[in-house]
Amino acid sequence: MSAVIDVEDVTFSYGDSVAVDNVTLSVDDGEFLGLIGPNGSGKTTLLHLMLGLNEPDSGSLSLFGTPAHEFDDGERIGYVGQRAADRGDAMPVTVRETVLMGRFARAGRARLTDRDREIAHEAMQTVDVLPLAERRVSSLSGGQRQRAFIARALASEADILALDEPTVGIDANSRDRFYDLLDELNATGMTIILIEHDIGVLTKHVDTVACINVELYHHGDTVSFLESDALADAYGRASGILEHNHQ
Amino acid sequence: MSVEYEEEGATEHGSKPAAAGREVSRRELTELIGVGLVGVLAACMLGFLLLDWVRDAPGTVGAVADAWFTGFLTLGAWADFYLGTNVFRHPFVWRAAATGVLVGIVGPVVGAFLVHRQMALIGETLAHTAFAGVAFGMLFVAFGAGVASGAVALFGSSGTLLLVALIVSAVSALGLQWLTDRTDSYGDVPIAIVLTGSFAVGTLVISWSRDFISIAINIEDFLFGSLAIVTATGSRLVALLTVVVVGLVVYNYKQFLFITFDERAARVARLNVERYNALLIVMTATVVVGAMQILGVILVAGLLVIPVAAASQVAQSFRETLYLSVLVGQVAVLGGLAVSIGVGLPPGGSIIVIAIGAYLLSIAVSGRTEALSMH
Repeated sequence: MSAVIDVEDVTFSYGDSVAVDNVTLSVDDGEFLGLIGPNGSGKTTLLHLMLGLNEPDSGSLSLFGTPAHEFDDGERIGYVGQRAADRGDAMPVTVRETVLMGRFARAGRARLTDRDREIAHEAMQTVDVLPLAERRVSSLSGGQRQRAFIARALASEADILALDEPTVGIDANSRDRFYDLLDELNATGMTIILIEHDIGVLTKHVDTVACINVELYHHGDTVSFLESDALADAYGRASGILEHNHQ
Repeated sequence: MSVEYEEEGATEHGSKPAAAGREVSRRELTELIGVGLVGVLAACMLGFLLLDWVRDAPGTVGAVADAWFTGFLTLGAWADFYLGTNVFRHPFVWRAAATGVLVGIVGPVVGAFLVHRQMALIGETLAHTAFAGVAFGMLFVAFGAGVASGAVALFGSSGTLLLVALIVSAVSALGLQWLTDRTDSYGDVPIAIVLTGSFAVGTLVISWSRDFISIAINIEDFLFGSLAIVTATGSRLVALLTVVVVGLVVYNYKQFLFITFDERAARVARLNVERYNALLIVMTATVVVGAMQILGVILVAGLLVIPVAAASQVAQSFRETLYLSVLVGQVAVLGGLAVSIGVGLPPGGSIIVIAIGAYLLSIAVSGRTEALSMH
């Protein structure tokens, strides 16, 4: 498999505070990567660097073979943030309008075509939010809302789906269904990068784990991560994985 | 691939399965008809302002336009005769009405993006910078020598004041954005500083210059709005900015919507968020200067915010929010102008009070809708 993201000795600071220090890793086409680390460990910063939202202070970072911050095929990346679209709480936007946003980067300034609407329709169908298409996003539950955002990424026909703690504030059952959906999308060949605090849940679903606390403590498959001391090293204390049964 | 779920709330709120192609509901049809009528009204008003402008042209074009313009006012005189009024025969009333109708469209259209970007106070701030612009405009007209003379000859004193206010407001808008991006304080701190600072500068300039500048402008009219300060130049400026702003919003609608709803995802999709923010804020500055003539510096932000707040209360989609905002804006402006002309009250206050009435009504209606849906 070819690498879609290559991170080479990347360092990034906010003023004097180093957020990401000398990190090297790669993400292969079709890989499901989990990014973990304690609060303030630089996970989101690293994800933003990988997506080209920030330029590294040193090192190199490529996205589909192009320097990430110069990459301009926005439609190839789907993004679901933490509490995505907080403005959705007060802003009257329907699920259909939200999913159609996934077509905006491809359409540019041209009018959306019937084909664009068809693709958005199929994306809503795939993640089972079609019955909610005319509902305001603000009226949805947390799980439904995040599925709508996944549908937006599908509508953009993205090659990479990046998710930054997408299940914050979502109940356990909805979260399990959400991860089942991610597994199914990954099985279709979509590359997924996921930041998630719940390490137990994350390690059940991802192929590889990158454990970071400013520096990279581990990058490899889930089994090798579970066998390593990376978690304890990164969190600075004895840490283990607690299994939730979500009953 | 299809993932079947039976998640919480999926069938609440009376949601219905949607088909690929949506059917237009009666409600949507009513809104579309309303927006269509506003469009026709706006086209008529633009036509009136165009006639008013072209009738000064030399030759046949000017003569024909003048004949049409005179004919239009004759119709107004007939309307006055039958209604027992003394309103529709006067060009200044039509200029004020045209200006009102046009700002009643562009105000809510721009406001829809501002309000949902949580930038509602930007309009108020830019109105205050426009006040400083009016003050600097007075100095420019008085001391600007050749350049000012040329501008006054072209646009008149009031028109020149508005142009200077427009420039000062647009530059201040960009300055405000620059300040907001580069300070560590909360977002509303630079807004409060620019709002009070520009009003302070305007007050100082006016007080300082009052003793030695004689200019036939009542500054209170700019503060509280007046039909009397809507000059031919001012109304033409509003016509021009309406066409430009509506054109820009239509052209960039998708981008503005995406950035307003989910800025981070819009950045990931490689939209130039800073450029669209700058465009939105400069458009706001121009709308504020245009609407300031009728609403005044103090109240102009209301036309950007209140119709949108009312529409957002009952709208299901963003497109519907835009439509309803424009409709509420029109009701407020036309109702406010009618009250102003009929009873002799200031237009700004009348427009805003009616808009607030619509807002309260929308809260009542949305509450009733929710209560009904629970049974």
